[in-house]
Amino acid sequence: MKLRFLIPLFAFFALVGVLWIGLSLDPRALPSPLVGKEAPDFDLPQLRDPDTRFARADMLGKPALFNVWASWCVTCRQEHPMLAQLRNSGVPVYGLNYKDTRSDALRFLARYGDPYQSIAFDEAGMVGIDYGVYATPETFLIDRHGMIRFKHIGMITPDIIENKILPLYRQLEAES
Amino acid sequence: MRPYPVILSLLCLGALALLIAPTSLLAGPTAPPSEPMTFESEEQEVRYQKLIRELRCTVCQNQNLIESNAPLANDLRRQISLMIRDGAESEEIVDYMVARYGDFVLFRPPMNATTYLLWFGPIAMLVIGLSALGMILYRRRNQVGAGDLSEEEQERLRRLLGDGDGGKA
Repeated sequence: MKLRFLIPLFAFFALVGVLWIGLSLDPRALPSPLVGKEAPDFDLPQLRDPDTRFARADMLGKPALFNVWASWCVTCRQEHPMLAQLRNSGVPVYGLNYKDTRSDALRFLARYGDPYQSIAFDEAGMVGIDYGVYATPETFLIDRHGMIRFKHIGMITPDIIENKILPLYRQLEAES
Repeated sequence: MRPYPVILSLLCLGALALLIAPTSLLAGPTAPPSEPMTFESEEQEVRYQKLIRELRCTVCQNQNLIESNAPLANDLRRQISLMIRDGAESEEIVDYMVARYGDFVLFRPPMNATTYLLWFGPIAMLVIGLSALGMILYRRRNQVGAGDLSEEEQERLRRLLGDGDGGKA
């Protein structure tokens, strides 16, 4: 048998397989070191009312979604209806308005709707750095004690809501 | 006849060198693309310059912080310069970045279970390649060469090949 002549062929297909898998990976999806850790503390002015503050402590007591967005972010616009859907499913949705101007952000909400309970206004992007934000929109699921349990970078899709966020949210709701 | 492949490959190498040379000359900008940072001492400036070359911009993933013009890279450069001016050690700053963005921000990834393949893969490939080459050369050496035939066998070989010109058919 001249089976050893088939070795290059097998090696070729193995290489094609590896490259094929490599093609289907998303190089932008980095594993976040923040999942399983305490959500970083912050205390910022609210977007809608500059005189009132919104702090990390205000999100605790109930599992909640923390969504980083900006009016200049096109994907955020596409994602926006998903947040309303989550809100309607009973998930508290908080926002971090990232490196934006107040007037642009408020105009965005006036035009596309406002699903957020409270929005922190992070003009300088320093809280964004603490949350490891590099590609808006980014979404964190934070449990009642302030621990980050899930992070999604990029647009939330109906599939992610159905298969990841809602099941995990129900589970976190059941936890004490 | 014979020298042509050598000349050809030399020409190819020369062309390749010409292609690579300008880019390697341009690589490595010496000043940050935006705001100039001021430091209290030369030592702080040196550490700053070293850090922004070693840390990757997570938005534009093939660039380090000094090369990138992304707003985030700008913010991170500012943050690093502030931390240095506040007296932070370089290790503290690297830990600060890793805690937020993960090992990915390091252009020199740490050695751990997920990066063994990255660190040792090239060496493993080299070892596999060299041993395959060694095996092939060893086998070839043990093959029968023309000089190993006896007078009788040479005669039989000539007969089989049909007195010289038959070999061309």
